[in-house]
Amino acid sequence: MASEPGGFTEYIQHHLTFLKPHASPDGFWAVHLDSIGVSLVLGAIFCLWFWLKARKATAGVPSKGQAFVELVLEFVDGQVKDVFHGDRRILGPLALTVFVWVFLMNFMDLLPVDLIPWIASKFGLGHFRAVPTADLNMTFAMSITVLALMIFYSFKAKGFGGYMHELFTAPFGKHPVLWIPNFALNIVELLSKPVSLAMRLFGNMYAGELVFILIAGLFSAGGVALYSLGLIGYTVWGIFHILIISIQAFIFMVLTVVYIAMAHEHH
Amino acid sequence: MEFNATLIGEMISFAILIWICVQFIWPHINKAIEERQLKIAEGLGAAERAHAELKDADAKVADEIRKARQQASEIIDKAQQQANQILDKARVDAVAEVDRQKAMAQDEIASMAQRAREELRERVGALAVQGASKIVQREIDPAAHKALLDQLAAEV
Repeated sequence: MASEPGGFTEYIQHHLTFLKPHASPDGFWAVHLDSIGVSLVLGAIFCLWFWLKARKATAGVPSKGQAFVELVLEFVDGQVKDVFHGDRRILGPLALTVFVWVFLMNFMDLLPVDLIPWIASKFGLGHFRAVPTADLNMTFAMSITVLALMIFYSFKAKGFGGYMHELFTAPFGKHPVLWIPNFALNIVELLSKPVSLAMRLFGNMYAGELVFILIAGLFSAGGVALYSLGLIGYTVWGIFHILIISIQAFIFMVLTVVYIAMAHEHH
Repeated sequence: MEFNATLIGEMISFAILIWICVQFIWPHINKAIEERQLKIAEGLGAAERAHAELKDADAKVADEIRKARQQASEIIDKAQQQANQILDKARVDAVAEVDRQKAMAQDEIASMAQRAREELRERVGALAVQGASKIVQREIDPAAHKALLDQLAAEV
């Protein structure tokens, strides 16, 4: 059944195909409308949610909603405070946005893997991937933004001369012969950070989604036994995945803070 | 994409997942939220109480200061009274002393005058006798004429 039309392979392939504009299904302008749409909607939900709670915030006994937002805020701020000893007015909100946004995008993984594509099909959308963080474009978009921030804060903290001096003289030494190896190593180090950041999140989410799709295959495999096995497997993997999406959001947030804090440090 | 058994199975699993979240995950978050609310409420209550206590203490302090001031003025009044009393008594004493001294001096003056008079009288008597004896040119028996002389002296 693997190769026949409408079979399992096609099912998987269908699930792994992004929604692209009809006008340019390939090439540079083949943007993933589903990833962009879902991430924008989730970002808007996050902003609206926290903004509403912040607007109604009282100094007295908080409502449950406010207390929850405060708990999240305090948790993130505590993490930033542990890593970065400086002005947290930009890094704090950045970390909060990264944490909540990535968590919400990861959370799409927990929704039934066929639910959103099915709803989308009712609107005439043939393909729809609901988990933006299982899209390499999305995770790289975030990690390259972090790279830009790292470079920006390196310049800001050390000045152009200071940063250049550091790029060419650390970690081996000041001797002119060592300038090229120093620079090469620093570039590799600098570029490895966004790559590892993006690949880690993408890998976890993509694998998680794929496991959901594979288990979902059991539902249509036929037979009550396999169907029950599918139910159990899907549920167990879902429970396990709650942990994964939280940890991945946390790791992405912490590493973002660590990288930007490192950009502030002088060698 | 069709609605089929796969989607139903996923929905059932999702429902179980939600149930597990409600049962095992949400209570922890809820507990943290409620603890936070309780802590804030307690903190605010404690602050309120401390504020009220401070107010009480302030009122008590003001009361004590007022009392102390009153007491001090009472003490000053009493002292002034006492000083006046002492002054009055000293004045009375001084006047009495002056009177006494004056009386003593007057007594002395009187007794000295008396003594001087008597002495004068005696001397005048003696002089009179001497003079008389010179006049008479003869010895007068002082004993025989004593009564006469004494009478003379007394008249002087």
